[in-house]
Amino acid sequence: MIDIDVLEPGLLSSVQAGPRTGLRHLGVGAGGALDGFSWQVGNALLGNPGNAASLEFTLRGPTLRFPQGARIALTGADVDAFADGEPVPGWRAVALPAGCTLRLGACRRGARGLLAVAGGLDVRDVLGSASTDLRAGFGGLDGRALRTGDRLRARGLPPAVDVVTTQTGWIDPHPDIDLDRPARVRLLPGADALATPTPWRDPFRVAATSNRQGLRLEGTPLAVRDPGDRLSSPVIEGSVQLPPDGKPIVLLADAQTVGGYPCIGHVVQSDLPRLAQLRPGDRLQFETIDAGGALALACGQRQRLARISLAIEQARRLAGRPGP
Amino acid sequence: MKARIDAWGDRGWLVTVDVDSIEAANRRVHALRAAIEARRPPWLQDLVPAYASLALVVDGHAARGQAACLAEARAWLERLLASAPDAEAGTLGRRVDIPVCYAPEFGPDLGAWAAHCGLEVEAAISRHTAGDYRVAMLGFSPGFPYLLGLDPALAMPRLATPRPHVAAGSVGVGGSQTGAYPAAGPGGWRLLGRTPLRLFDPQRAEPALLAPGDHVRFVRIDRAGFDALSGAGA
Repeated sequence: MIDIDVLEPGLLSSVQAGPRTGLRHLGVGAGGALDGFSWQVGNALLGNPGNAASLEFTLRGPTLRFPQGARIALTGADVDAFADGEPVPGWRAVALPAGCTLRLGACRRGARGLLAVAGGLDVRDVLGSASTDLRAGFGGLDGRALRTGDRLRARGLPPAVDVVTTQTGWIDPHPDIDLDRPARVRLLPGADALATPTPWRDPFRVAATSNRQGLRLEGTPLAVRDPGDRLSSPVIEGSVQLPPDGKPIVLLADAQTVGGYPCIGHVVQSDLPRLAQLRPGDRLQFETIDAGGALALACGQRQRLARISLAIEQARRLAGRPGP
Repeated sequence: MKARIDAWGDRGWLVTVDVDSIEAANRRVHALRAAIEARRPPWLQDLVPAYASLALVVDGHAARGQAACLAEARAWLERLLASAPDAEAGTLGRRVDIPVCYAPEFGPDLGAWAAHCGLEVEAAISRHTAGDYRVAMLGFSPGFPYLLGLDPALAMPRLATPRPHVAAGSVGVGGSQTGAYPAAGPGGWRLLGRTPLRLFDPQRAEPALLAPGDHVRFVRIDRAGFDALSGAGA
């Protein structure tokens, strides 16, 4: 077990792991790391259990001190990261010596970074997941975001290094993480048809009021063909709702489980990580896709994740072999 | 049972039942939910009822792919709908009594609400406790019940400006809906009283006090009763 002291919490940093499933009928949403792809790769890089809890930070990361040192991996957004003043690259395992201070600054590209720590963060599962439900106030660290003075613990052992040590092998997250803009996001049709024949020609811009519940989009206002009142019906991360003002809202993992606005589409599951990486002002281009295309994309993403895990595992075995 | 099945993104299927009235539609939803729940197919990750629709979240990550599971789920649903009677589901769902203290310190809108309804406060409270309510669905936040069955004479529009802080357990009326807030937070309902029960507690074996389809009655208690139940850690 190692300690992690929070010297500065960043803009919004919370403990996140996998989704909370099987409880949507009680109004409990999935939650969990918004960029599930980066969360999984971070854990794979450290040989962590697949459901290990990481730290998700938003736009600007926290400053953390590791009294005993730690093995870490940064994935997700491109972030200005320094360990005792030395730059820390993303998408690879890095060993920090005892007493090291890790300063995670601004996300240069992308909105959400993930810090995985060897062994995973030591928090208790609540309703089947370690993830923080910030809206309902449970899970993670007392159901809330990090604050200055917090102490987290991780289940790994301290590494035997005296200086910041970066592993040579690294992971290329493309095409699952693509921080180029406008972001291409694939959409399946929803229950409510739009009034315009070519609604997705123009890109949208992400509004500053976006959060873990949803991305609010600005652009040419849309209208549904039948604007009458609707009975609230189930919604899920990826659902695209259209309020009367014509500005779509794309729901993310912390969204509520039922909603009353027209549902004009669903972002495919494999593009949820892209949604997580959109920051205020970023542009997003929807492209419609059919069910077969969506399933092929999901399948491709799962295969890439499996290949990444395999490659990391092989590299670890090779590194463990006695040298020539 | 007659119902429409639509794709729910690449996550599953959304079943929408006929809506002659919300009450009848919601009874169908809960009858169908119970039929699915009783069989609980392995690909079913979540089953989410709403007023007149029911979402099935399909998880194909296990032994079979998502495409195969989605196709299997669709065929399975069609067979189930063909064989499921358009149920009179009056017998389904538990009966849950929710004690409520209708006191001015908990229900700051009692007077205005009764006046809006053209009733004396005592008469308005009696009619609120006389209601047989049904949990149409939970949503908005964990454990938040959307109840059907409010006496139309007791309806009152929401506040023009929501209160920034409503205490957990607050019982109120918002439009033609009534219910209780599981957690503290902002809220626009007219507040009539408070229950000492916790509607949602993630540490409890059954985290939500109410389940979709339950029948609910509000039972009036006085302040001493409220304090006793709160003290008991209810």
